[in-house]
Amino acid sequence: MSWWTPQVEAIAFALFQALVILIAAVGAGALLTMVERRLLGLWQDRHGPNRVGPFGVLQILADMLKILFKEDWIPPFADRIFFVLAPAIAMASLLLSFMIIPITPSWGVADLHIGLLFFFAMAGINVYAVLFGGWSSGNKYALLGAMRASAQTLSYEVFMGLSLMGVVAMAGSFNMREIVAAQETIWFIVPQFFGFCTFLVAGIAVTHRHPFDQPEAEQELADGYHVEYSGMKWGMFFIGEYVGIVLVSALMVTLFLGGWHGPWLPPIVWFLLKTTVFVGFFVLLRAALPRPRYDAVMSFGWKICLPLTLINLLVTGALILVFSPAGG
Amino acid sequence: MEIAFYLSAVVAVLATLGVVTGRHPVHALLYLIVSLIAVAMVFFALGAPFAGALEIIVYAGAIMVLFVFVVMMLNLGEAAAQQERAWLRLSTWLGPAILSGVLLLVLLVTLIGADVGGRIEGETLTAKAVGTLLFGPYLVVVELAAMLLLAALVAASHLGRSEAHDEAHAVRQVPGKRTADGRGRAASERSLGDDTSSEENSR
Repeated sequence: MSWWTPQVEAIAFALFQALVILIAAVGAGALLTMVERRLLGLWQDRHGPNRVGPFGVLQILADMLKILFKEDWIPPFADRIFFVLAPAIAMASLLLSFMIIPITPSWGVADLHIGLLFFFAMAGINVYAVLFGGWSSGNKYALLGAMRASAQTLSYEVFMGLSLMGVVAMAGSFNMREIVAAQETIWFIVPQFFGFCTFLVAGIAVTHRHPFDQPEAEQELADGYHVEYSGMKWGMFFIGEYVGIVLVSALMVTLFLGGWHGPWLPPIVWFLLKTTVFVGFFVLLRAALPRPRYDAVMSFGWKICLPLTLINLLVTGALILVFSPAGG
Repeated sequence: MEIAFYLSAVVAVLATLGVVTGRHPVHALLYLIVSLIAVAMVFFALGAPFAGALEIIVYAGAIMVLFVFVVMMLNLGEAAAQQERAWLRLSTWLGPAILSGVLLLVLLVTLIGADVGGRIEGETLTAKAVGTLLFGPYLVVVELAAMLLLAALVAASHLGRSEAHDEAHAVRQVPGKRTADGRGRAASERSLGDDTSSEENSR
C-alpha cells in the first residue's frame, strides 16, 4: 500500500465528494418531478399522482421507465448536431454550477475565488440550450419559444448579476465560502433585502419557472422550445429545469440565508432544510400565480427590477463607504 | 498549466478556422462560441481567472447569444450556403492567406528570436487586484468607456423608440383622415377604438 499516500487520499476524497454532490443534485432534480406534482395537488385541492407505491413515491420510477423506453426520435427536418447538443448543454451547465456551492465547512467541490462569476458564466452558457434546441427543431413554435426564452434570460441576467453585487461588496469577495463566513453574525437577507427580492425574481426567470414560463407556455406555443423532443432528450430538459430550481435555491441559501449557519443542528441539516424551504416556495409560486403576458414580464424586468438593483447597489456602496472607509 | 494553455490555444485556433471555413452560418457561430470559451481557458491558464470569467459572461454568454438570435431569425437556407461556397474559392482566399502568413512568420521570428521574457507560469490575479487597477490608475479610461456605452445605449433607445412612436401615431391618424374624407368605412374599422366611435357619434 505504498501508493496510498495522504495526497492520493485527498484526491480520492475530493472525487468522492464531487460524485456524491453530482448524484445528489440529479437525484433531487428527479425526485422533485414527483414531489412537485404532489405539492401542487395538495395546494390546488386535488390528488396528484398517488397510485404508484405508498403516497405515490414510486411514480418517479414509472416516469423514468416511460422516458427511457420511449423512442428517441430525431425529426428528419431537424439539425442533428444542435438537436443532440442542446439537452446536453441544459443539464451540464447547471450541474457544473453546483461545483461552487459550499454545502458544509468541509463539503463542497471547488473553492474558486471567482466563485460567483463562475455561476454567471454557466448561466450565460445555459441560454444556448434553449436557443439551439428551439432553432434546431425546425418548428415555428419551438423557434418562438427559444426567441422568448433567450430575450427573457438575457434581460433578467443583467440585473441578476447586479442584484448580487451588494452581497459581494459586503462580503468583499466573490468566493462563496468567504460570503458564507461573512454572514456569521447577520444573514445578508436583512441588509440586502432588495438584492434578495430581485435575485429571487431573476432566478425564477432564468430557470423559466412559472410565472416566467412564457417560453414554454402550453396554450400559445404548444410547449415552446422542446416541443419536438421526446424520450430521454426531453427528460434532460425536464430534469434540467428541476436541477435549476435546486441550484437557485442552494445559491439563495448560500448568498442570503447564511449557508450552513444555524443553531443546534449540524450544518448539513441546516443547509438542506433551508434549500428545501426555497424549493417548496418555488412550487407554491407555480400553484398560486397566473402567467403574466410576455411584454409585461419584459417591462417588469427592465423598468422595475433593474432600477431597484441599481439603487440598492448605490445605497450599499455609500453605506459601506460611510461606515468603513478604509475597509478596502 | 502550460499543457492547459497550449491545448486551449490549439482549440481556439482550430475553432476560429472552423468559423472562417464553415458554410452554415449557425454552425460557424457555434465554432465562434467554442473559440471564445477556449480563449477564456487561455486566460485561466495564464492566471487571470477574472478576465476568463468575464470573457465567458460577456462574449459567450451575452453578445454571441444576440448574434445567434439574429442569425436564427434570418432563416438562412441553402442559398446562403451556396453563396458562402462561392466566396470560399481558392482565388478569393489565397491572397489574404499569403499576406496573413507573412505576418504570422514575422510574429514567430520575433517571438523565437527575441527574449520576450513572458512565461506561462505566473501569479494568479484576483478580482480585487483587477478592480484596484481599474478604479485606480485607469479610472479615466473606465469612465470614458462607460460614457461611450451610455451614448450607444441612448442611441439604441432612440432608434427603437421613434419607430414605435410613429406606428402609434399612424394608427391614430389613419381613421381620422378617412372620417374627414367622408368615405364609407368598413365595420371592422369601427371597432378600432373609443376615439373613432366617439368621433362618429359627434358627427
